Amino acid sequence: MSELHTDHAHGEHAHGDHGGLGKKKIWQVFFILLALTVVEFIIALWAIPAGHMSQHIGNYVYIILTLFKAYYIIAYFMHLKYEKVGLILSVSIVFLFIVYFIVLMLIEGDFLHLHMPLV
Amino acid sequence: MSSLSQLDQVKTTPWSGGRSPWSVEYGKIMMWFFLVSDAFTFSSLLVYYGAQRFSKFTWPDPDLVFQSVPGLAEGGYPLVFVGIMTFILIMSSVTMVLAVEAGHRRSKKEVTWWMVATIIGGFMFLGCQAAEWTHLFHEGFSWGKIPPMETLKHLFTGEVSEVSALQFSNLFFTITGFHGFHVFTGVVINIILLCMVVNGTFEKRGHYLMVEKVGLYWHFVDLVWVFVFTFFYLV
Repeated sequence: MSELHTDHAHGEHAHGDHGGLGKKKIWQVFFILLALTVVEFIIALWAIPAGHMSQHIGNYVYIILTLFKAYYIIAYFMHLKYEKVGLILSVSIVFLFIVYFIVLMLIEGDFLHLHMPLV
Repeated sequence: MSSLSQLDQVKTTPWSGGRSPWSVEYGKIMMWFFLVSDAFTFSSLLVYYGAQRFSKFTWPDPDLVFQSVPGLAEGGYPLVFVGIMTFILIMSSVTMVLAVEAGHRRSKKEVTWWMVATIIGGFMFLGCQAAEWTHLFHEGFSWGKIPPMETLKHLFTGEVSEVSALQFSNLFFTITGFHGFHVFTGVVINIILLCMVVNGTFEKRGHYLMVEKVGLYWHFVDLVWVFVFTFFYLV
């Protein structure tokens, strides 16, 4: 058991040396996250109020930018990009259920939107 | 005979047992699976919020509801305060990942200071959230409570609906409250971790894997905020 553990610890160490996030990369990801947030603010405070973009299009842009931010946080800060494919798949595929849930609730919301009394 | 001895050989492929097939420590895998389940909880709350909002013909305008900077300006600055909060949380995520990086190099001093910075960031975020909640309480929002009609008029761009305002109020406090609770527990765990780092627990252990595991939780809190920020303040 202890042999197994040391072997694993060694593997982890080698892995860390190989795939660990360097300081340069950390700040790079930080500036990407900051830039994406700044773009969101520009859309919210300037593009939409000034009429350069409709709220409807803006919402899609927000969601796409949010998904990009989520990708950078999960892939780099949480280091998932450098893990084994099996772990990546096992923690990501399940979110298909959430996508399914979103579709269901949008259908439900659309129905209620049309059929509920206006209160 | 030779084929039989081939069968007798111990297999060394990742999935033939006796080792971690993903080269990930047990606690780290469990942290990932916990975060997946926690992400499901947050998704459910946010999807319900989206469905409610989608089903209503009118909804409070976030630019009008969130336009104060508590302690500095009463109104006229939409998104500024939440922008500061977002920046604080992203910043504390960066200090956490720098602590993890220092842990890889087993530099106790650096891990300590980056953890201190992360904890300060967490407290700053909680303080901002407390200020924002207090401001909304003063306006008359709370669970099951909305401001009178005259105030509500200034919070909608289109038609005014008390039902929408009530749903907004309930969901805002529930979802940001649940997120704030995660930030709070994250800060508590970070403080425990800091004590362990200072005590030299991980020096004795020979690795700083625990910093990575706690880091995963802290980044998850930041990740959830990215979504809360988009769906409550922007959309």
